[in-house]
Amino acid sequence: MRSIAAIESRIEQIEETSAPDAATEAAVELVRLGEEVLEHWIVARGETPTQEEKEGFRLLALHRQGAKGDPSFNACRETCRELAYHYNLVTLEPDHPDTAKRIRLAALVAKHLALFVGGKMQVAGLGEFCCAAKPVRTNDILGA
Amino acid sequence: MVDVTERAKQLREVAYYPGCALEGSGNGYDVSTRAIAHNLGLKLRDVKDWNCCGAMEVKNIDPKIQTYLSSRVLSQAVNATRNNVVMAPCNGCYHNLKKAEYDLANDQNSRDVVEKISAKAGHKTYEAGQAETIHALDWIKETIGEEGLRERTKGKLAGLKIANYYGCMYVRPRHIFPEKDQGPGSESTSKPHFMDDLLAAAGAENVEFPLKTACCGGAHTLSDSDMSTKLVLNILQAAEANGAEVIATECPTCHSGLEMHQIRAEKRFGKKTNVRILYFTQLLGLALGIGPRKLGIHTNISESIPFLVEKGLT
Repeated sequence: MRSIAAIESRIEQIEETSAPDAATEAAVELVRLGEEVLEHWIVARGETPTQEEKEGFRLLALHRQGAKGDPSFNACRETCRELAYHYNLVTLEPDHPDTAKRIRLAALVAKHLALFVGGKMQVAGLGEFCCAAKPVRTNDILGA
Repeated sequence: MVDVTERAKQLREVAYYPGCALEGSGNGYDVSTRAIAHNLGLKLRDVKDWNCCGAMEVKNIDPKIQTYLSSRVLSQAVNATRNNVVMAPCNGCYHNLKKAEYDLANDQNSRDVVEKISAKAGHKTYEAGQAETIHALDWIKETIGEEGLRERTKGKLAGLKIANYYGCMYVRPRHIFPEKDQGPGSESTSKPHFMDDLLAAAGAENVEFPLKTACCGGAHTLSDSDMSTKLVLNILQAAEANGAEVIATECPTCHSGLEMHQIRAEKRFGKKTNVRILYFTQLLGLALGIGPRKLGIHTNISESIPFLVEKGLT
């Protein structure tokens, strides 16, 4: 699994460089990146990420799994649903004049999910996101 | 079935619980709420000798103490202020008062703790069901409504593109807001729309906004400022990507966070955004013809007066 920081970077790359003719691929990847973010949360809680789907999206099933026993995780429920919504907009109407904007918004929504979950893991002291260690690790990564 | 006219009459005079933020960094929200109340002929009676709702700090240490603190506010409203409808404009206060109401109705342990501390503090114990907590959005929506605003504002906000930002505490967790998601006319917890409705009635054009209930990073402000800045930047960029000129807020914590991190995003990450941040009460005040100083707009960090002049709103 990539780190959340690496996922964030990839989302930013899509946000900045995605071409309208590759919109469907970008939308698919953004949803996949969202799933990867949620997998981080679930794995850090000691569970196995579900392969099931809810309303046609594994993303939504993963969110439901992540929120079990932690209602505050519902604060990213609408973010997940917005990502699914933008995926639908882009994939159902790839030639729509707003496609470039829709991809950008999907990327911003996916980034919000990554930031939110990263922050929650930090607050919960889960995984590698111990708040005392994060700056040290981030500096290491930057220096590497 | 609720008689709408009776309900509107009941809400014309409410117990007002500003909470700590509206006396400090969110003062523009307090000033503008009072100004529009006066303009609309609505009466606000400050809850006598109110206290902190318990906010996040107390809740993190002992949630039952937070329940007690919020219950004391409700007790003061009912017993000292003699009004059983408490209007709390701050999302944190609103959420905590609703949560206390829910806990007292459903949890014996919470009732025991509140009874014990209330007796020790020497005031009447608040009992679930004695008061109702509403948000400033409910209050305007149910007393004046869209039709009333339409008549009074004559579309004054026409041409203004607004992204309505509700933040995460206004609708969550769903179970403490039993009145929401009750079909037409009620607020939605997944896609809140009361602020959209009111500002549209005043003539504004609401833009699509996918992050309307997303986290503003308020809880990370002190422990990880970069995280808060990135979350806010994302919100600001999403609003701008949809053409918003203004983000309307209804929570003092979100509002301050958006304003402060907008500046920080430019300094720290070199990302400048131009969208202005105003409380929905300030926007409604402008639509009602109230001057910007009376609405505390000059106290906002986000500089919006030249823009409002350009738009012919002052």
